[in-house]
Amino acid sequence: MDGLVTKAGGWLALALLALVAAAVAVDAPFAVHMVIVALACLIALWATVSRADFDGIARGILKMPADQGVYDDDPIRWGVIATLFWGIAGMAAGLYIALQLAFPALNLEFEYTTFGRLRPLHTSAVIFAFGGNALIATSFYVVQRTCRARLAFPTLARFVFWGYQLFIVLAATGYLMGVTEAKEYAEPEWYVDLWLTIVWVAYLVVFAGTIVKRREPHIYVANWFYLSFIITIAMLHLVNNLSMPASIFGSKSYAAFAGVQDALTQWWYGHNAVGFFLTAGFLAMMYYFVPKQAERPVYSYRLSIIHFWSLIFLYIWAGPHHLHYTALPDWAQTLGMVFSVILWMPSWGGMINGLMTLNGAWDKIRTDPIIRMMVMALAFYGMSTFEGPMMSIKWVNSMSHYTDWTIGHVHSGALGWNGMITFACVYYLVPRLWGRPRLYSLRMVNWHFWLATVGIVFYAASMWVAGIMQGLMWREYGADGYLVYSFAESVAAMHPMYLIRATGGAMYLAGFLIMIANVWATLGGKVRAEKPMTETPYNAAADRPLVPVPAE
Amino acid sequence: MTYNDLRHFADSWGLLAMALLFLTLIAWPFRPNARARSEEAANMIFKDDEHG
Repeated sequence: MDGLVTKAGGWLALALLALVAAAVAVDAPFAVHMVIVALACLIALWATVSRADFDGIARGILKMPADQGVYDDDPIRWGVIATLFWGIAGMAAGLYIALQLAFPALNLEFEYTTFGRLRPLHTSAVIFAFGGNALIATSFYVVQRTCRARLAFPTLARFVFWGYQLFIVLAATGYLMGVTEAKEYAEPEWYVDLWLTIVWVAYLVVFAGTIVKRREPHIYVANWFYLSFIITIAMLHLVNNLSMPASIFGSKSYAAFAGVQDALTQWWYGHNAVGFFLTAGFLAMMYYFVPKQAERPVYSYRLSIIHFWSLIFLYIWAGPHHLHYTALPDWAQTLGMVFSVILWMPSWGGMINGLMTLNGAWDKIRTDPIIRMMVMALAFYGMSTFEGPMMSIKWVNSMSHYTDWTIGHVHSGALGWNGMITFACVYYLVPRLWGRPRLYSLRMVNWHFWLATVGIVFYAASMWVAGIMQGLMWREYGADGYLVYSFAESVAAMHPMYLIRATGGAMYLAGFLIMIANVWATLGGKVRAEKPMTETPYNAAADRPLVPVPAE
Repeated sequence: MTYNDLRHFADSWGLLAMALLFLTLIAWPFRPNARARSEEAANMIFKDDEHG
């Protein structure tokens, strides 16, 4: 009872503190955020005091099976649901801002819906909310299975889940209100950064704690990738967000660095967020779920270790390629370019390792749409890790930088690699986590696959054309030595490409909605009666020995 | 210790130490008897999985 009183009192005190902070806030967005924090504390208070069986209620709503005490899967089930929920939000926001570029009237002349505020909402929602929840959920799943131990610190694991959702809500509402540090992928302001630091350290403790109490002597390579992702993101987050708040009750802060030092720190962060969040973390998924779905061990375990150490040692230097032809010293730009090109090799080593896992089971691409998604994800991983080093070469970059080619490159990686591998993993997890015989429909997975693939092709191809066109128009000099095109003319020329891009995005989103319907029905315990993906045709007339016929 | 000392350390002994560490870690799975261990590690995820 005393424990309950202390806990409830603690939540109430935190809620009151947040309300005081809201009352004395120096700007409105900070007040709004503190009210959100107070509400979160009050919900936690209510959950503590009512002492209802919330796990049981959640199991009822989400149709989750009762925990049989084998592995701690409840936070993973919530994580899968959160991944899908934030995926819709992030992808819909992306489609909306793509349409804004084609039809500027969609800015609605309303500050909260301008492109500048919705764009970070889109990027953070898909990377950190959709991708981040997928990473946390799969890491908890994989670390338990490969260590053959239950999750360490179960309460802390639940705190990680809910704390991360609070971070997402604070970040997203902040962008809409114009609260931003104006650093790519690191937009949240100082107090949200501090909150994420607490959540992330808790995440590290749960993950590392589970590894420590493992029953297997060897730590499977997927856990290496997950652990490097968690540790490196912590380091990047701390350094890039070093800043001084203008007021302890305000949402504005000033970065510790200035000028080109700030730019280099930002892109050291930014490129390694790509390298360790979107690459190492998702490679961890690849190294567990691709062998499991293919029912074959990874092609070469040694190659996976070379892949791991090469990424660790090389990725960290590639950031300066985001700052070609800027005030950054020339040698630093060249260093970034050289390391980016070297990175091509370990990336392709990893891709080959993933693809060759299917060696001897290639027919599964025809019969298993989940394997097909994984293969497509690896193909896009290979494609974007070739395109990236190529674009980091200064000569190419002098044309591609600041154009939509960069946007196309990011999306072939994000939609093709991160999106596809996440979809495949969720399809793998849902029947297993909810104890269903199989997914509601494999044919719907097939539809999802094709909509997503064709959508990415529309997206990437239109952005290649758009980017190269922009780059060439911007630097086209006339005979008299002045620019042939005004900037507005290059914008007008983009219109058809923007329409094609939005079409591709809409197809990708449509595929995702099919996935939602499929998962929803699977959770409901339904199994669709459908034609199987492959038939085994039998021709009785042909299946018999040749009878010798005597000549006449 | 000035910035200049640090950068000279970084592009001499620091660089050498990092390169040697990297090469050691890469060579580690190729030491004798490592093949069987790798094989075992790669197949570990299939050991009586309760999810089948």
